[in-house]
Amino acid sequence: MLTFTFRRLIFAIPTLLFIALVIFLLLELAPGDPMANVPLTVPPEVKEQMRQALGLGEPAPIRFWKWIVQFFWIEPLNIFDHLFGTGFAEGKLRIISWQNRAPVFIVIAERIPQTLWVVGTAYVVAILIAIPVGIYSAYRQYSIFDQAGTFVTMIGFSVPPFFSGVLVIVIFAVQLRWFPSIYDTTHVVDDWDAFVFQLRQMFLPVMVLALQITSQLSRFMRASMLDNLGQDYVRTARAKGLRERSVVMIHVLRNSMIPVVTVIALGIPQVFGGAIITEQVFKVNGIGQLLITAIQANDLPMVQTLTFIFAVLIVLFNLIADVLYGILDPRIRYE
Amino acid sequence: MPDGDTGNVLEVRDLRTVFQTRGGEVHAVNSVSFEVKPGELLGVVGESGSGKSVTMMSLVGLLPSPPAEVREGRVLLAGEDLLRVTPARLREVRGGEVGFIFQDPMTSLNPVFTVGYQIMEPIRRHMGLGKKQARERAVELLELVGIPSARDRLSDYPHQFSGGMRQRVMIAMALACDPKVLIADEPTTALDVTIQAQILEIVADLRARLGMAIVWITHDLGVIAGIADRVLVMYGGQVVEQAPVHPLFNDPRHPYTRALLRTIPTVTGARAEKLEVIEGQPPILGAAPTACPFRDRCPLVFDRCHAENPAREVVAPEHDVACFHPSARSGTGGAS
Repeated sequence: MLTFTFRRLIFAIPTLLFIALVIFLLLELAPGDPMANVPLTVPPEVKEQMRQALGLGEPAPIRFWKWIVQFFWIEPLNIFDHLFGTGFAEGKLRIISWQNRAPVFIVIAERIPQTLWVVGTAYVVAILIAIPVGIYSAYRQYSIFDQAGTFVTMIGFSVPPFFSGVLVIVIFAVQLRWFPSIYDTTHVVDDWDAFVFQLRQMFLPVMVLALQITSQLSRFMRASMLDNLGQDYVRTARAKGLRERSVVMIHVLRNSMIPVVTVIALGIPQVFGGAIITEQVFKVNGIGQLLITAIQANDLPMVQTLTFIFAVLIVLFNLIADVLYGILDPRIRYE
Repeated sequence: MPDGDTGNVLEVRDLRTVFQTRGGEVHAVNSVSFEVKPGELLGVVGESGSGKSVTMMSLVGLLPSPPAEVREGRVLLAGEDLLRVTPARLREVRGGEVGFIFQDPMTSLNPVFTVGYQIMEPIRRHMGLGKKQARERAVELLELVGIPSARDRLSDYPHQFSGGMRQRVMIAMALACDPKVLIADEPTTALDVTIQAQILEIVADLRARLGMAIVWITHDLGVIAGIADRVLVMYGGQVVEQAPVHPLFNDPRHPYTRALLRTIPTVTGARAEKLEVIEGQPPILGAAPTACPFRDRCPLVFDRCHAENPAREVVAPEHDVACFHPSARSGTGGAS
């Protein structure tokens, strides 16, 4: 298993370099000009000078190489300096956002907590709801609970967050006034009341996102359970005189969790990727929102870096899913 | 048909099992009665769909309900009616007093738990042994069914065993708590003949050593001839003939039994042009039978067969048959 993990990590390097190149070339080919939002009164020569200052005068291969060096060498050095108070990265040029001339990584570090709080909580809540619901729905297939679950799931699947988000704002924020409609990013949690407020302002976006994720996961869990409930070994377990609870919660569940755990692991990069629409609706200043504004402003270093981070996370969690698969299923051993 | 004999370890009377399906009811088991004496090996034969497995599953409530429903009957295990006990008691019986072996050893073991864990489960549950003692017992059981280096293999997973070895594990699991009755549902069907012979040998040996009664379901008459004491022939969810093994093979009375025996190809003499078959399909019963279920395929069919369902009648010592035709009683005609 360790050799397998190590080998996969090595193989990930060319994969990621290739992904970085593809992202870079796609952005290169995309139309757009970082100076597009500059007022028309600014003369073209000045705009050209500004482009040169952003480094756009250099040929594409050089810019790609510079980005690679910055991402893989200078930025890690900066993190190292930040952690240990050293000065290795002093004077070296970091990846700079074209929008506000600030280092991209600092902006990302500012935004990531909001996203992790909201989207991460929604993911955890969704898992905690979806797994028991999926188990019970499958065990009592076609019962009223299962039918109701199917109905709610269908709604969760089919109603887009820009509708459900606005709907819950109208109901819970405008009419009932139970929760704020906007997420206050500047809110600092330093005492109990502040914590309660944080929970209240998180509630609506978490609810909207969790509904979607729960719908997908509980269906998946249900299907996986149904698959295994019909297996011969379940009959064997019953023939041994085990309690129904042991049969379902030990024998069937352990088998059913194998594909579900994989799906959960593969979904984690999306948590970091944020939820673009939900973040917009609730004004959460998260990663999704950062990405969308960067795209609108033609902020190529920001878009390139964010997209590449998502790619790294996806490759990483694919590996984690594979390793988990091997741990959960004794029939799969990577050597 | 002997009645109310208390010397039986298992006695089944008028068992009826019905499946509720979208297309209506399916009467899978119709008034089945039989008994198993201590230490006896009862063979149950019949085509696929004749209700053999469903009958045995009905005994201890192993059929999923719905759709299955055991409508009536009595299942007396040492005098206790299993159809009327609490679910908790039934769970004690399953695995504790009645052991089960199933057809396909490839899928009957849980792939994600070790063999040791799966054998120790019933031991710990029914015999209340601690982890260490259960482990010892599991080793003992694996040695009993002839698995080499048993102690080391406890921590192996089912996929690390071959088909025959897995079936041995299944047998060990079924025997874990010294059951009074072992129900083997086509245990050798999924195995090739050499492994089948090994398994038969193990079962014969275990039976001699442990002395439990065995109900052996199969559609392989050769297996039955080799190991059974008494045979039950089932057709259309009913017992059509019941006899000790020698009379059944030498003097079959029911046309179905005769037809079954004719289908066995012989290895001596001239080779037959074609393999013998019984024309037609076994019936799917949408209602309780009111006529002989075999009438559509029977060469000896006459008026009465369409009007009434024959009851089992004793035609010779310990030999009963459900057929109206005179040859069933006299034993002449049709015997191959």
